[in-house]
Amino acid sequence: MNDTLFIVALCLYGAATLAYLIYVAKPSELLGKIAHWVLIGGFLTHCATMVSRYLAAGYTPITNLHEALSFFSLAIVGLFIYFEHRYKLHILGSFVTPVALAMMIAALGFPTAIGELNPALKSRWLAAHTIFAFGGYAAFTVSFGAAIMYLIQQRFLKQKKFGPLYQRLPSLDMLDDISYRCLTYGFPLLTVAIITGAIWAETAWGTYWSWDPKETWSLITWFVYAALLHGRLTTGWRGKNASILSIIGFCILLFTFLGVNLLLPSLHSYNRPGVVDK
Amino acid sequence: MNIIVVGLSHKTASVDIREKVAFAPTQMDKPLRAVVNLDDISEAVIVSTCNRVEIYAVTKDIAGGMARIKRFLADYHNLSLDTLEPYLYGHHSEDAIRHVFRVASSLDSMIVGEPQILGQIKTAYGYAAEFKSSGIILNRFLHKAFSVAKRVRTETKIASSAVSVSFAAVELAKKIFGDLSDKTVMLVGAGEMCELAAKHFLNNGVRGVMVTNRTFERAERLADELQGRAVRFEEMFDYLHQADIVLSSTGAPHIIIGPKDVEEVIKRRRMKPMFFIDIAVPRDIDPRVNDVENVYLYTVDDIQAVVTANLQQRGEEAKKAEQIVEQEIGQFFKWLSSLGITPTIVALRTKFDEVRRAELDKTLATWKDLPPDGQKRLEALTNAIMNKLLHSPTSLLKKSGQGGRSDLYVDALRSLFDLQIGIDEEEGELEE
Repeated sequence: MNDTLFIVALCLYGAATLAYLIYVAKPSELLGKIAHWVLIGGFLTHCATMVSRYLAAGYTPITNLHEALSFFSLAIVGLFIYFEHRYKLHILGSFVTPVALAMMIAALGFPTAIGELNPALKSRWLAAHTIFAFGGYAAFTVSFGAAIMYLIQQRFLKQKKFGPLYQRLPSLDMLDDISYRCLTYGFPLLTVAIITGAIWAETAWGTYWSWDPKETWSLITWFVYAALLHGRLTTGWRGKNASILSIIGFCILLFTFLGVNLLLPSLHSYNRPGVVDK
Repeated sequence: MNIIVVGLSHKTASVDIREKVAFAPTQMDKPLRAVVNLDDISEAVIVSTCNRVEIYAVTKDIAGGMARIKRFLADYHNLSLDTLEPYLYGHHSEDAIRHVFRVASSLDSMIVGEPQILGQIKTAYGYAAEFKSSGIILNRFLHKAFSVAKRVRTETKIASSAVSVSFAAVELAKKIFGDLSDKTVMLVGAGEMCELAAKHFLNNGVRGVMVTNRTFERAERLADELQGRAVRFEEMFDYLHQADIVLSSTGAPHIIIGPKDVEEVIKRRRMKPMFFIDIAVPRDIDPRVNDVENVYLYTVDDIQAVVTANLQQRGEEAKKAEQIVEQEIGQFFKWLSSLGITPTIVALRTKFDEVRRAELDKTLATWKDLPPDGQKRLEALTNAIMNKLLHSPTSLLKKSGQGGRSDLYVDALRSLFDLQIGIDEEEGELEE
């Protein structure tokens, strides 16, 4: 049941992503609307997947890589739908939905079975910590999409060679605004996630901070985005450099999320395939 | 008589070449006189805009005339012909007419349909008329070009979506800034182009305008008109950071805004983007300004790229306009070719009649016992001979006027019978 819902959501995301990609080549208001509504359908199905999983498991279902990737994807899509609505900007979907789809497909590659919850995760902090963290991740992902669009549009305008994409991309100002706004959502969320994580660590492991790789990399990510936000607020950093840093931040974030879990020995590897206990 | 066109445009030469070949509008008498003084060139008009420099001329000798005008362009601007030649194009006869009609109708413009070019050609023609370098052929030709342009404008929608540089500049500004309602425009130089572009920006909702100019009074006058603020030229850099969009079109012969200046300005405005549009030829703004972060510098040349990006929908209208041009070429070319025929026939008849009369007078003077009606009969006889002889060449010539081969016959007849036909004799024919 749960797996079927997941596949339906995945297929709807796939269809929506395809529509958004066709939209790049042949933009039409109708196609944009179709993509938008298919994506909303996928999002609702995906929410239903989460709820049914929560009911079946009895705990917040963000405890292994499959669930984490799935929730990451859900958060990206949710945030994107908000931005698409707010800025009336379908083209943003062409850059953001592929990331969400990739997360979903990656989630397929990890065991989906609902198991006994790892005792270490049995905490009321689980929901808060993970939802804040992935909310922040999702905001940074949308910021990343807008940053890439910014760099492309900026290149057209600087080099005065206008590809067909030029007409479809919005103004630099709007892209910069989206990128910045996402940062102002993502940064507090990440901060709260780190704080809740520390508090949880204190109750679970008896120490707030143990320089576990996950913690270290989260802090690095936090510093990168803090620097970016600081630069924007104090010296009016914007445009190309801000976009590049946003992209770098996203790469580090991906490593914090996936790289640390898969490659480095970490207290956080509850969700590492094959690792049963920490 | 043939119409020829020699010149270069945004299609063949970049702005750094065009600015070297441009003619200063304040002293057009010199080059115009120089061109009409070239061998075999009887009339000339010089069109010099930031996108094109073209000379329209009337000549007996197409190849020679073109070569001489090319040489003139090079010499006048102290360039070697070898460097200039690759950028130049030349058209004659029907192609020349087509070219000028297309230019006047704005079909050859960087931004197809932009309205400024017609005014620019009218101004160029005005100079030619003032300095008497244009004669009856170019007069009629350019008036025809103006009426073709008018027809294109009224019968097609080609002009509806383009207002030239201004239009493209606003489009670009929207891609950079999105919303223009809190943006300020600064005009550097109070030229007509700037004024037009500024008005276009105001129509698109920019918040305010600043105007600076070397002559402060002119800046004040324009600022008044645009309900903006005048800034003294020396204080330009104190105000530049308040401007989001800078339109520059001074007549300065050198760069007035460099990359160092802009770097400072951009820091003062906390990295907020700036959009510079350099309409001036020669340029006012150092090209390296474009390399400064968050700064976008466009010259008139660069606008072309924008145009191609949003040109597609005008394709249909352009096709319709091209058809109008083709129709009108046919009409005008027929007139131009018939032009040589009538005076040639008249000259031929006059020549024959002169010979007849001279010989007749000689005979009559020595003929002692001429019968009373002798003179009359001799007159009639010689007249009949002359008319019979002239009948077939005359009708052939008239017929050839419709077939387009007339210049060959006209040329042959003129040299065979040594006919001297000055332009002045044709004047009567040309009045509409």
